[in-house]
Amino acid sequence: MKKHSTPLIDELEKGPWPSFVTEMKKAGKNNEMANDAVGHLEKCYSTKIGYWKHGGIVGVLGYGGGVIGRYSEIGDEFPGVAHFHTVRLNQPSAFFYTSKALREICDIWDKYGSGLTNMHGSTGDLVLLGTKTAVLEDIFAEYSSRGWDLGSSGSALRTPSCCVGPARCEWANYDTLGLNYALTQEFQDEMHRPSFSYKFKFKLSGCACDCVASLARSDMSIIGTWKGVIKIDQAEVQNYAKKGMDINAEIVNMCPTQCISYNGKEMKIDNAECSRCMHCIAKMTKALRPSGERGATICIGSKAPIVVGSLLSWVVVPFIKLEPPYTELKELIRKIWDWWDENAKPRERIGEVIEMKGMRSFLEAIGVPPMPQQIKEPRKDPFMFYTDEDIASYKAKEAEEKKTGKYKF
Amino acid sequence: MAVPQRKTDIGPPNFEQFLPPVIKKNYGKWKYHEVLTPGAMVHVAESGDKLWTVRVASPRILATDTIREHCDIAEKYCDGHLRYTTRNNVEFLVSDEKKLEPIKKELAARGFKMGGIGYGISNVVHTQGWVHCHGAATDASGIVKSMMDELMEYFESKRLPNKLRLAVACCVNMCGAVHCSDIAIVAVHTKIPDIAHENFKNMCELPTVIGSCPTRAISPDPAQKSVKINPDKCMYCGNCFTVCPPINIKNPERDGIAIVIGGKVSSLRTNPKFSKLVIPYISNEPPRWPKVVAAVKHIVDVYAANARKHERVGEWIERIGWERFFSLTGIEFTVHSIDDFTFMRDTLRTSPAFKW
Repeated sequence: MKKHSTPLIDELEKGPWPSFVTEMKKAGKNNEMANDAVGHLEKCYSTKIGYWKHGGIVGVLGYGGGVIGRYSEIGDEFPGVAHFHTVRLNQPSAFFYTSKALREICDIWDKYGSGLTNMHGSTGDLVLLGTKTAVLEDIFAEYSSRGWDLGSSGSALRTPSCCVGPARCEWANYDTLGLNYALTQEFQDEMHRPSFSYKFKFKLSGCACDCVASLARSDMSIIGTWKGVIKIDQAEVQNYAKKGMDINAEIVNMCPTQCISYNGKEMKIDNAECSRCMHCIAKMTKALRPSGERGATICIGSKAPIVVGSLLSWVVVPFIKLEPPYTELKELIRKIWDWWDENAKPRERIGEVIEMKGMRSFLEAIGVPPMPQQIKEPRKDPFMFYTDEDIASYKAKEAEEKKTGKYKF
Repeated sequence: MAVPQRKTDIGPPNFEQFLPPVIKKNYGKWKYHEVLTPGAMVHVAESGDKLWTVRVASPRILATDTIREHCDIAEKYCDGHLRYTTRNNVEFLVSDEKKLEPIKKELAARGFKMGGIGYGISNVVHTQGWVHCHGAATDASGIVKSMMDELMEYFESKRLPNKLRLAVACCVNMCGAVHCSDIAIVAVHTKIPDIAHENFKNMCELPTVIGSCPTRAISPDPAQKSVKINPDKCMYCGNCFTVCPPINIKNPERDGIAIVIGGKVSSLRTNPKFSKLVIPYISNEPPRWPKVVAAVKHIVDVYAANARKHERVGEWIERIGWERFFSLTGIEFTVHSIDDFTFMRDTLRTSPAFKW
């Protein structure tokens, strides 16, 4: 195996933060692909440019995605990375593993690939970094026969991902892990065989802390919430005060809706005015807890800047109950995809299509009524579309008012 | 060894088989949690059961041998149970309090860095860079390593007014969390691409290429059976390269780094926010990107010195005003920070109320 001189990236083995260069070299000790990946990266650092060829279309039979093909422009110099494809393996909900499972994953990967991984990709997949086309089918057979399937890529439903949820968090308002698994299983076909205009992502967070960043990183963000009251343990409130928390400054005055009061003895919350932002609960973990009816808010549309600019997901369904078998949610998802499919141009994310076609078209198609919870503020301009039916319905209301002598706004 | 029979559409394994018994027993019945140290926390269930979590830094790129080392530790102290976080740290799940101090001791002895919980700086969400991506305008892993070496004290102990999320993306596709992080790095191109016209007709779809451009800078060039790019409209996003290999946008001297700040995804106190551009360009300087690291460290320092308790970077700036942010940090305000794209009308100041 060729020993590469790597003075530039050697610098990145120094310092306290764990070094990715050390990891690459560790894998490269017994693996030609990882060894050449080290030399290849040094060359990028010395010339300040990447050497991966554009694109690369590889995969496994029966699937249209799951493997990101990659070839080096300088494969003659670094034959170990002439092919350097990435395999996306679908991670278990919330990234829980046993050592037994991880050892099996590692053993298979060492046999066929570079021994390098990403734990994990930003979408959630366990990323196996670097292998050759000829062994992709073998890799897939080894993993799938042991219960592991590929994740997703391309214009498809991408691998869903969720926060740690009820497994280890007292704020989870629904079973993020269970729903994540259920949606992944329900939509296996949509994940493995791209049939959409572009990519579509689900992310599931148990509360508004949004620990999986669903509002920013998924076309459909499923964020847990509740309709009951915040339970207050007044003795624990006192304990926080005794330990030095300035409850008025840190909790009462930072509440965005100003619905909390504290008189030095007792904390009160006007729950009808609470927007469930989680600040007070997150700062007083022992004293405050959500209670009552649980479910989620469904937000749609987030994406990165390309093409029309970044979007954050916005509220479409303010509250939905989420209990197995999740029939209502699955039906909603299918309606959303049908509308998107009919209206999108190639490579248009759903958020962009809703911007183009308008919320009205979207809401009518999926059977969700307009609600003030869906907006930050009403429109400022008077450039509204009216249908004949709209005017007929306003006129009918006025006729009714004439009869009764009472206005209904 | 014969290759076994392949199966399709089985999805991931059911997570339930990987949960520690204490989690299975107390699933959805947790009462509260406490942060014990920047690297350890305990969750207490309604039943009184407890689960300790020890969080450890990871470079995200891991050799299989390092994953096996995680497994060794998990087997010794956690009955083989571990997980990874949404910021790619490693968490060891300890059910037996007697094993908490010993695992911390062993992790320290092995050189693992514990931290990342609470009001400091946790791991950096980042992308493939020159390690694997064709579109990278910088190397993500190298910048992350350089920044975190400098900011290590905030991972391991030193406290900030609130958590501070860092992210790095190696191009404006912004895979990951750059558009919604407290401080984030995005690599940018700064020069219009060259087109290898002779390859266009064989490798690209004309409508896709034209449709890929956010500023409609691309039009057909029938004479060459290719496209032409209007230099007055192109802002070098590279999306045309993404859909068309002969369009070459990479440029070692001109590619560089922009810094955006003030984003968040949680809804605590204030609504989620996008990150906004404060530094338009810093040259790529591998292997350590010293100016990028210095800029990030400087913004962290000014935030730490000025923000109120519980304020995220974006909340702090909204309170004091962007003009005050620029004067406090001494960062030069350039024309590049004035939006001339999608959000322009929302970003200009339509009021005479501002600070000198």
